[in-house]
Amino acid sequence: MADRDYIRSSSSHTIGAPKGFMSSIHLDPVLLVLLLILLGSGLFVLYSGADSSVEMVKSQCARIGVAFVVMMVFAQLDPSVYRRWSPWLYGLGLIGLLAVLLVGVGAKGAQRWLSLPGLPRFQPSEFMKLAVPFMAAWYLSRHFLPPRLSRVGGSLFIVLLPMVLIVRQPDLGTALLVGLAGLFVIFFAGLSWKLLGAFFGMVAVAAPAMWFFVMRDYQKQRVLTLLDPESDPLGAGWNIIQSKTAIGSGGLSGKGWLLGTQSHLDFLPESHTDFIVAVLAEEFGFIGVLALLTLYFLIIARCLYIAVNAQDSFGRLVAGALTMTFFTYVFVNIGMVSGILPIVGVPLPLVSYGGTSIVTLMAGFGVMMSIHTHRRMITA
Amino acid sequence: MSQDEPAQNIQQKLKALIAGWRHATVLGVFLLVTVALAWRLVDLHVVDQDFLRKQGEARTTRVEAIEAHRGMITDRNGEPLAVSTPVETIWANPGEANPGDERIATLARLLEINESKLRSRLKRYSGREFIYVRRKVQPDLARQVKALGIPGIYSRREYRRYYPAGEVTAHVVGFTNIDEHGQEGIELAYNDWMSGEPGAKRVLKDRRGHVIKDLSLIKDARPGRDIELSLDLRLQYLAYRELKAVVQAHNARGGTLVMLDVNTGEVLAMVNQNSYNPNDRSQLDPRNLRNKAITDLFEPGSTVKPITAALALESGKFTEQTRIDTSPGFLRFGRFTIRDTSNHHVLDLKGIIAKSSNVGMSKVAAELGGDAIRDTFFRFGLGQATGIGFPGEALGVLPSPPRWRPVEVAALSYGYGLSVNALQLAQAYMVIANGGIRYPVSLIKKDQPPVGERVISEKVSSEVRQMLKAVIEEGTGKRAKIGIYEAGGKTGTVHLVGAGGYEDSEYKALFAGLAPVDNPRIVSVVAIDAPQGGEYYGGEVAAPVFSRVMGDALRLLNVRPDLDSDADVADKTPAKSEGRG
Repeated sequence: MADRDYIRSSSSHTIGAPKGFMSSIHLDPVLLVLLLILLGSGLFVLYSGADSSVEMVKSQCARIGVAFVVMMVFAQLDPSVYRRWSPWLYGLGLIGLLAVLLVGVGAKGAQRWLSLPGLPRFQPSEFMKLAVPFMAAWYLSRHFLPPRLSRVGGSLFIVLLPMVLIVRQPDLGTALLVGLAGLFVIFFAGLSWKLLGAFFGMVAVAAPAMWFFVMRDYQKQRVLTLLDPESDPLGAGWNIIQSKTAIGSGGLSGKGWLLGTQSHLDFLPESHTDFIVAVLAEEFGFIGVLALLTLYFLIIARCLYIAVNAQDSFGRLVAGALTMTFFTYVFVNIGMVSGILPIVGVPLPLVSYGGTSIVTLMAGFGVMMSIHTHRRMITA
Repeated sequence: MSQDEPAQNIQQKLKALIAGWRHATVLGVFLLVTVALAWRLVDLHVVDQDFLRKQGEARTTRVEAIEAHRGMITDRNGEPLAVSTPVETIWANPGEANPGDERIATLARLLEINESKLRSRLKRYSGREFIYVRRKVQPDLARQVKALGIPGIYSRREYRRYYPAGEVTAHVVGFTNIDEHGQEGIELAYNDWMSGEPGAKRVLKDRRGHVIKDLSLIKDARPGRDIELSLDLRLQYLAYRELKAVVQAHNARGGTLVMLDVNTGEVLAMVNQNSYNPNDRSQLDPRNLRNKAITDLFEPGSTVKPITAALALESGKFTEQTRIDTSPGFLRFGRFTIRDTSNHHVLDLKGIIAKSSNVGMSKVAAELGGDAIRDTFFRFGLGQATGIGFPGEALGVLPSPPRWRPVEVAALSYGYGLSVNALQLAQAYMVIANGGIRYPVSLIKKDQPPVGERVISEKVSSEVRQMLKAVIEEGTGKRAKIGIYEAGGKTGTVHLVGAGGYEDSEYKALFAGLAPVDNPRIVSVVAIDAPQGGEYYGGEVAAPVFSRVMGDALRLLNVRPDLDSDADVADKTPAKSEGRG
């Protein structure tokens, strides 16, 4: 099946022209299969993580259904549509973010949601995860690549503006992810070593400043907890200690489905959302985690392949950035659950319970598929 | 834009993008991060696995005790005297309970506890996971509490010791504390026997400390063993009723009644006044705790005269018919004067016992000697452990002066200068009753015939019994007459000892006896402390108790009556004035 999608299949003298039924409905079969496997097995883990709640699994199924529809719709649109609409989408997102700051709703001291009459509640910051890379890619791909320094500056502004707004909500985690998506675009557009070095230098300088001026106490606490979780094992360190315990006690092959003690006896917090990897690790062991990582690896590999084979700069930049963002999600979530990154509220992509993130991610995959299946026939 | 450019151009661009350092960097970072993650997971899963798994288990598995059921105490017929009944204990997890919860008022009212105190305890111990709210309530009440549905309030099964016979057996059975450890009586003496061993099981608990499931049984609980007392609850009730009645009627300070099976040494009844309710010890007066039959010593007085008489017969110096002049009713030893209640003139040995003549007894004793009398008392079990193994047993004292003064010999012969407890006295009478054999007394039912020790010959014991019969028929113990059974016994009235020596107006009224006299089944000792009012002699206060208790007891035990009927006995009911001695 996968062979048919190879650009240079042996009998053809053309490149870039996809074939077959799946391509005619603009779906990439390889990516689709991988996603289905991941989503399907994710439901099993979720069932266990959510304490055997059929309700939760049902509502997650509904979300997956919605996300699939979104993905298929996104896949139908030609990449040029995205390119043309990028500035408008970006502007819409900025308005949304401003609206959140003014009239948004939320809980626990953070204002992240926008509740408009007639529409379901949504997070404009989530929308920006797609809009920012679109905008940056649109801006950079209008000229020859690699971009000049001024254009890099311009694109950095495009990326930083929504970030600042999101940080104000405050939602540092999402701001970083949105920023990262934009930065990946800039990176793929071509940054010289000098600029990259300067960027990391700036980050190094900015980090202490962030610590003192931007980060809230609870965020600082998370970083400190990462360094020494045992300093407050019943408070700040609780989550990470419990999740490490869950992962470690799973051993090689795990305790078995629904038999994890850490998660089922309420020791593991957020066992159906951010910490669902710990449930998987406890019940399916190292082998289970390895299988999950392999699945993610294959998805990312396929996405990179799509990025590399994109026919224009916009598609290439967007595909590359979305892939790397997806990879970042996986890395940050697993890194946080296994105790090498501070606790930030990043769900495990496509597996954790929760609506917005799945829809955004699947929309992203829809864009990828669109990029891959809307290639024009080019004579070799 | 780019899609309009020729393919060559695109390919070049692709190459430019991919083949360059960017390509390497992306893949490099990608690889590095993946390896870091994988390494971390290997670290947790494989390297730290043992530690973390133990951590996990330490968090969730606990070893819990399985409470062992405490053994039951029954009487000789299997009637329960102490049983452990399941009750519920209400406890709270202050970490979960909200001290401001409105329903706590209802809870406090149901459990009859102080509401504000409970709230403040819940607040004060909010860092803990367990406090008692009210221990051992009825299961029905616990159900009502649970129906309130207050978060953090739980109940747990416990056992409460319940004493069906209450105050009737309180002194013998004793009681346990709230944790079912024996504190008094048989509960204390046989605590280990009845306790059993708690078992242990491994359980899975969640973060809030709820037991989710039992994982494995480490050790099963071994239930405690039951214990069968020698008491016969029917006789015990009977004895208690009569003793309580007489103590109340005479406004006495207290009393004791012991009843023994003469052929086994088993205690059939052992009651004391005042008693207490072991099921509700909130109003407990510690003075009522003592099992006086065993723990309280007194001078036996005239009740030991039959033992002296037994020695006299055994010595060969006296027979039943030996005549002794007790005139003029008193006897001087230097500054001491021994008195009888009146001048009985010439009496034979039987008459001395029947009339309870101190003068006559003293004269007999002078012939026998102090050592011989003391040794005889000892052989009968006075002044030594009865072998009952009851906590707090008082042994009593037998005098052994290096040289006996005549007055000491005389006093010993009629029961002064030594101390015994009621059980010892009953044991001594058992020897007379069963033909001369002393068995160790026991509160535990015996499976096998006991091994006894011969103290006096059959003949002597039979002769002494005839003397005891005379006491009731014509002597000081007329009011001990039983009706359809012929009984024998001996009265005793002794001055109580107070802070400054003998009290002038406080007495102990004693009666020790056996029935039926020709083939005795039971001996009984009745002791009434400080009866008030006109009557205080053993023959007046203690003898009637003996009569009533023994008559009913023998009937209950299906002992064949040896008198024709009690119709004509009714007329013979002795007058009040009789029975002084």
